[in-house]
Amino acid sequence: MQKCYINGMGCVSSQETYDTSFLESVEINTTENIVYAKQPSYKELIPPAAARRMAKGVKMGLAASTKALKEANVEVPDAIITGTGMGCIEDSEKFLKALIDNNEEYLTPTNFIQSTHNTVGAQIALGLGCKGYNFTYVNGSISFESALLDAKLQLENEEENTILVGAADETSSHTMELFKLVNIIKKESDQPYSVLDSNSSGVVYSEGATFVTLENVKKENSYAVLEALQIQNELNIDEVESFISSFLEKNNLKIQDIDVVVLGNNGDISFDTYYTAVDSLFDQIPQVYYKHLSGEFNTASAFGFWVAASILKNQAIPQVVKMNSFEKANFSKVLLYNQFQGKDHSLVLLSKC
Amino acid sequence: MEALKQELKSKIIEVLNLEDIAIEDINDNDPLFGDGLGLDSIDALELIVLLDKEYGIRLADPKQGKAIFESIETMAAYIAENRTK
Repeated sequence: MQKCYINGMGCVSSQETYDTSFLESVEINTTENIVYAKQPSYKELIPPAAARRMAKGVKMGLAASTKALKEANVEVPDAIITGTGMGCIEDSEKFLKALIDNNEEYLTPTNFIQSTHNTVGAQIALGLGCKGYNFTYVNGSISFESALLDAKLQLENEEENTILVGAADETSSHTMELFKLVNIIKKESDQPYSVLDSNSSGVVYSEGATFVTLENVKKENSYAVLEALQIQNELNIDEVESFISSFLEKNNLKIQDIDVVVLGNNGDISFDTYYTAVDSLFDQIPQVYYKHLSGEFNTASAFGFWVAASILKNQAIPQVVKMNSFEKANFSKVLLYNQFQGKDHSLVLLSKC
Repeated sequence: MEALKQELKSKIIEVLNLEDIAIEDINDNDPLFGDGLGLDSIDALELIVLLDKEYGIRLADPKQGKAIFESIETMAAYIAENRTK
């Protein structure tokens, strides 16, 4: 079976992650319950005639994928696999609003065309002239991991050699208002917002896109190897420990073989208890968190993947993502664990090249 | 007629999201499709909806579109003659 190398990555997020080195400049938000992505300059990336119809999520996805391919020195991948929780929700809202406002008349094509979940993957393929396998997974908070799993299986079985895998999600005004109403988003009165010292339910919501070039050959600038991953729709808190232990066992690993654990804590006290259950398993190694930087959204775990792979490549953990004070000289294996509201659990194992 | 042309340019910029184009950049006789503004078939559909929504004009024969959407000048003339609102 072929190995699955991460040979390039691009990340657009609420931090300066696109044009800068790995987390060299970050801002920690404590006052906004919705944090918007810092948009790269699209003029050099997307022709103006095409960009005028593209929603934010599509543009972020195009930018992240362009960087991921460039880093891997790949012009056109064999396949494009995307994960998204809510797709192009901004255009969906515009289309539905027009439907209601105009009494189901005067429906214009652009918002409709751009409102489907697979617009991001489709626009990337159109831009590259990639006619290969193109698939979009819409599986809530395991959308990115579902895309990764598909890519990993295809690479391991030599069905494809180079796959662009990624995730994109955008915020939109009406959906954010609904999320506030149902307490998915933290209240203004819960300020200052914090992930580790939170005493409120709900999350700080955000958006972003992360793309990765996966190949079955190692390159000079490879980040890491995608070793294994597992997804599970639902788990009780008391099942998390055995979920992780059996995953490690399946991969012939013990707890002590893991050098860093990257956790998806998001400051929602109702569900961060899932991560507390993991703390005790990995209480002697560095623990990393990232949603104080990325915010929460369906594919925020792709930002965590970017953090984990960058730690393996750089062999260093930036201070700003450290949850504890344990140090290690070398990092060989990183385990990521994420869940959202007690559902959509994922484990991803990366190793040093 | 001059006011209608200005209004039309403004609406086209808004509906078609022509972010980098100002009203002054569009000449009355510039072709809307091809070499001029460079609009495409999706834009043509947007313009058909614009005529219906804003001026109450429904194009019964799509073949008419080619002549009507040639330029701002031809569009404004057709609207002035056929508008119902």
